[in-house]
This record gives sequence, C-alpha cells and structure tokens, in this order.
Amino acid sequence: MSDFALKDAEAHYGATRVLGPLSIRIAAGERVALIGKSGAGKSTLLSLMFDRWQAQNVALMPQALGLVDTLSVFHNVYMGRLDRHRWWRNLASLAKPWRRDIDEIKALLDEVGIGEKRWTPCGELSGGQRQRVAAARVLYQQSDLLLADEPVSALDGPQASHVMAKLTEGYPQAVLAMHDLELALAFCTRIVGLKDGAIVLDAPSETLSSAALQDLY
Amino acid sequence: MALRATTRVTLGFILLALICLALGDFEISAHDPWRSVGQLLLGLVQPDFSGVDSLGQALLRTVAFAFVGVGLGAGAGMLLALCFHRWWVRTFSAFIRAIHELFWALIFLQSFGLHPVTGVLAIAIPYAGIFAKVYAEILDETDPLPLDVLPRRAGRLSKLVYARISQAWPHLVSYTAYRLECGLRSSAVLGFVGMPTIGYHLMAAFAQGHYSTVGALLLLFYLLIGTLRWWVRPRLLPVYLLVAPFLLGTGLPIMWSNVTRFFTEDIVPTPLKRGEGLPALWEWFAQLFMNQALPGILNTLLLTQVALVASGALALALFPVISRHFTHRASGAAGHVVLVIMRSTPEYMLAFILLQLWGPSMLPAVVALALHNGGIIAHLVGRRSNEIQLRQDAPHGIDRYAFEMLPRLYGPFLALVFYRWEIIMRETAILGILGIATLGFYVDSAIQEIRFDRAMVLILITALINIGVDVLARRLRGYLRLRHGVNRQQC
Repeated sequence: MSDFALKDAEAHYGATRVLGPLSIRIAAGERVALIGKSGAGKSTLLSLMFDRWQAQNVALMPQALGLVDTLSVFHNVYMGRLDRHRWWRNLASLAKPWRRDIDEIKALLDEVGIGEKRWTPCGELSGGQRQRVAAARVLYQQSDLLLADEPVSALDGPQASHVMAKLTEGYPQAVLAMHDLELALAFCTRIVGLKDGAIVLDAPSETLSSAALQDLY
Repeated sequence: MALRATTRVTLGFILLALICLALGDFEISAHDPWRSVGQLLLGLVQPDFSGVDSLGQALLRTVAFAFVGVGLGAGAGMLLALCFHRWWVRTFSAFIRAIHELFWALIFLQSFGLHPVTGVLAIAIPYAGIFAKVYAEILDETDPLPLDVLPRRAGRLSKLVYARISQAWPHLVSYTAYRLECGLRSSAVLGFVGMPTIGYHLMAAFAQGHYSTVGALLLLFYLLIGTLRWWVRPRLLPVYLLVAPFLLGTGLPIMWSNVTRFFTEDIVPTPLKRGEGLPALWEWFAQLFMNQALPGILNTLLLTQVALVASGALALALFPVISRHFTHRASGAAGHVVLVIMRSTPEYMLAFILLQLWGPSMLPAVVALALHNGGIIAHLVGRRSNEIQLRQDAPHGIDRYAFEMLPRLYGPFLALVFYRWEIIMRETAILGILGIATLGFYVDSAIQEIRFDRAMVLILITALINIGVDVLARRLRGYLRLRHGVNRQQC
C-alpha cells in the first residue's frame, strides 16, 4: 500500500481549463467517493489520476468498461493478470485455459453472480452483466489502488450494494466516481464533491448525510 | 443547368472511353468465331470427366498452391501490419502488391524454374502486401479502451493478442477467407505460365481442341469456389495448412547457380554490366522507354478506360437481378448464380478463352475484364440495394430503378468503380502476356528474348503506374466525397 497524490493538477480541453488546479492525496486505507453533477469533472479527474499514477500499481474500471466483446467472460477477467505470466502461457491460455485459473476466476465470478456465464462472449451480455465482468476483472487484478467510474451504475439496488461491497473489500484504497449518494456514504470513507472542475467539499463520510450532499446538485 | 460533380466525372469517363474505343483495335479476327463459342458451350453441357486422374490432380494442386501461398502471405502480412506505422513498411507493402502475381511468377520462373517455390512465392509476396494494408486497417479500427485498462507491465505480445487481435479476430478471419477465394483464382491462373494448376490443363485442353475437357475443368473450378464455405472451416484450416505443402508436387529441381546469376547478373541493365557508364545507361533506358514502355503504357491505359466503363455499365444493368426490389425468390436465386459465375471466373482465364475463340485484339480482353469486374460491382451494388427500405407505394419497374434506386446507389457505385480502377489496370497490364500489346506483352517478349534487365524495368514501370492510378482514384473519391465500406473486396 502506498500514498497517491496529485499536486496542482490541471486538465485542459483545447484551450479551456476543465479541471483544477487541484491537489488531493489518497492515503492508505482511504476509499474516496467523487460526487457531483454530470460535467463537474469526475471522469476527467479519474483519467488524470490514472495518467499520473499508472506507473504505480493501479487498476482502472472506466465507464465504458473496456471489455473485449469477442472474448469470453473468463478471458476478459484473465486479462487482469496478463502481466503475471509469460507470453507463451498467455497465448496458450487463449486456446486452453489452465484448470487453476478457471477455478480461481469461476469463484470470483460466482461472487458477483455470473459464474455460469463464464464461457459466454462478452458481446452477448446485458449492460449489468458486463459491468459485473469488469468488476471481476479489477478484483482479479489485485492492484494497490482502484480507480472506477460509476462501477455499479447499471446494477439495481441489492446487486449494486453487493458488488460495491466486493469492490471495496478487494480494494481498501480506491477512488470511485459515484452518483448514488447512499452507496457512496455506505461504502466510502471520504467524500469529495466536485463543481465546475474544482473541489468544493472534502470530508469524512461519517460526518455527512445524503441530505447535506444534495446541495451539490 | 449546372451538372453535378458525379455527373461531370461520369460523362468525362464515358467520353474518354469512347475516344479510346476509336483509337484501339477492337475487332473480331477469327473467321468463324461463333462456331468456337458454340463448341465451348457444348463442352460445358457435355463435360468429359474421363481424365479424372489428371483433373483431380489439377484441382488438388490448385488448392495446395492457394493454401500455402495465402497462408504464407497472411503470416508475413500480419508481421508487416504490426509495423505499418513506419513509412518504409507502408511503401514496401504498396510496392510488392503493385506487382501482379503473374509477374512475380515470371520473375521466379527465371530464377527458381518450374519448382513449387515459384508458384508459392508468386502468390505469397503480393498477398503479403495486401494483407499488411488490410490487417493494419482492421487492427486500427479496434476499440483502444481494453488496451488502456490492461495491467501496465503486461508483455507486448500478450497485450496485442488479448486487447487488439482478439477484438479484430472475426474481421481478420472473414477477410482472410475471402482472400483464400482470390488465392484459388490466382493459383488457377498461375497454370498459364507453367505451374501444375488448373490453368495449365485448361491451356493444354484448348490447344488440343478438347472442348469437353475444357468444360469439365471449368465446371470443377466453379464447384471448387462455389462450395468453398462448406469445406473451408476454421477448425479444419490448421489441417489444410499442414497438409498443403506436401501436395505441391516436386516440379523441377532448383539450379542455385541460376538463382544467383539471375539476381546478380541477368537483371543488371546491360550497359552497367559492360561498364559503359551513365550516358549509355540513359540511352538504353530512353530506347526501352520510347519503344516499349510508352506504347505499352498507352495501350494499357486505353484498354483500362474502356474496360472500366464497360464494367460499370454492365454492373448498373445487372445489379437488379439480385436486388429484392426487382426480383422474387426464384429469379433472385438465379441472378445470384449468374453473378457468382461471372465473378469467380478469373479475367485472365476468360480472356484466354475468348482470345482463342475470337482471335487477337483488345475485344476479348475488354469483354473478359467487364464480365468479371462488372459481376463483382453488380454483386456489391445489389447487396447494397437490399438495405434500402422503400415506401409501400413506391413505383415499380423502370421507374423504381430510375427514381428510387439509382439516385440512392450511384454514389456507392462510383466509389466501387474507382476501387476497381487499380485492379482493372493491374489485370490489363497482365493480359499482355496473352498477346495484347499492353505492358505485359513487352515484359513477356523481353523474357522470351532473355533480356531480363528490360523485363525488370518494365515490371517496375507497371508497378509505378498502378500506384499512380491508386493515388488518382483516392483523390477522385475525396473530390466526390465518396465513402464506402466495401473497400476490401479487391481481387
């Protein structure tokens, strides 16, 4: 576990500044929820963080998920650990996966409720199922920090909290862009509110209520 | 009324074709051409399969050369595609694909002789250039996001295979399968320069006047191409690829001294070999250019323009036969059969046959080019027309064609015609080997006279004008703002 920090970071779109300058530090064991209206800069901040920190051990779950539709669910999850194996083992795994990998990934997929879909190509899944595959991939990846953009937006009530629980269990240190304030308060230790590309709120979640957060919107 | 850009360009092309028609030699010189056509048709109706042994072997060799050539080409093409961002790889690929497989065969025949390696390389090299370009395009179109979310330290090869090739896989496979069909045609045609494939047996049967054997060979060839999708299965491909190299036959042994001599002496321009200096080289080149290259280029351009317009006209006339807006189930199926036969007959084979029937002139070449290319364009335009939804009270017949279909399809149609321009030019040049005075004729004559240095220069010139036409066609498509997805169907 390590510290992740941005100092006076900015993001530009053409000539206009869309984010920052802002500074933020994510300490070990801190799960940060980024909240704010759409267009406030949550996704921009996440991709900026990924840019700066990708040399460290970071897992990314973007809003578009980044799944390969032509590969099976199993292989999409396996891709989380392509860096742990030699190239020939990865290639061989495309043709015939190792028993050990299958068991491990099956267990992970069962936890998010899509174990029986493990040999289905991702292109044939629904939006909610795809989101759970991407969640399983980052869980399998086991990096130090998770950066996720609306990781449960396509899931309904109980399933959303279930997947959030798994993600936060696997990643004690994380930055998650969220629109569901209840989930943010329940699973994150710190809330960061964004407005027009600037941080307007930064507080531990136990000091906040979802009613108080409504002001941001 | 001001003419629209597409109309202006169309009229320009037609006018140019008419001028070319007036300048070229388009006569039937055989004294009884229709009797031979009748004999051939009779041969097709009463094919003679009695030479099953040699027919079977011809078929087997045709398939084997196609598999090994296309397989090697696909492998090399993929490697080239992975470095396609480098300008010299792009240039190299453009160059090797600008030289027709028959020219490659002529080159290797002089060095390796009648050894299978000649036929294999003749297919593999130009195909590698085409595969490189198309594979690179397909890989470029993949979604870059999966690559971004991969663990950063994953190996390059693993990243490539999991995040890019896996996404592109269905497209890579379908394109490669399509090229395999092209490869079968190329392989068949290589027989005309001596490889043991169908073309060779066709030539022999014609020479002896065995029209029923010709009929049998043609029917078997259509059968081979028509059933492709049933016997070429992804799971069987590795088996085919492993077995094919052993079915190429042995041919004649390679004389390595010939190979070295060819590449170090024969193709060096004569003035250089004799050490006569640059002025003599220039003199040599100027002579070659004025007496052979220039007339060859002129005839090639002339024939290309006429064939291009003829193909286009034929395609516009024929696409309704497979369009659901003009046909019913049965007549549509019949239309499909006609177009399949037209487009699966290689131009070279068709030109050879027509030349035997009608005697030497540019006419057999134009008809062959128009039938083959017109068939392909009609097929693609017809398919496109099936995507159009008409309102329920749309007019019928010729009104439907003129008011509902043509205005919607003309843009895609022109784009397709321009895509085929370079291909028609490549083929036109090569038809010279059959005796029509295009560039191929001069290449072939130079080789007959054992002047390989001249042959090489003429082949290079042919490659350059192919590249030139390709660039021109791209410009025209840009000028007319034509975008069309089917740019990959090109053989």
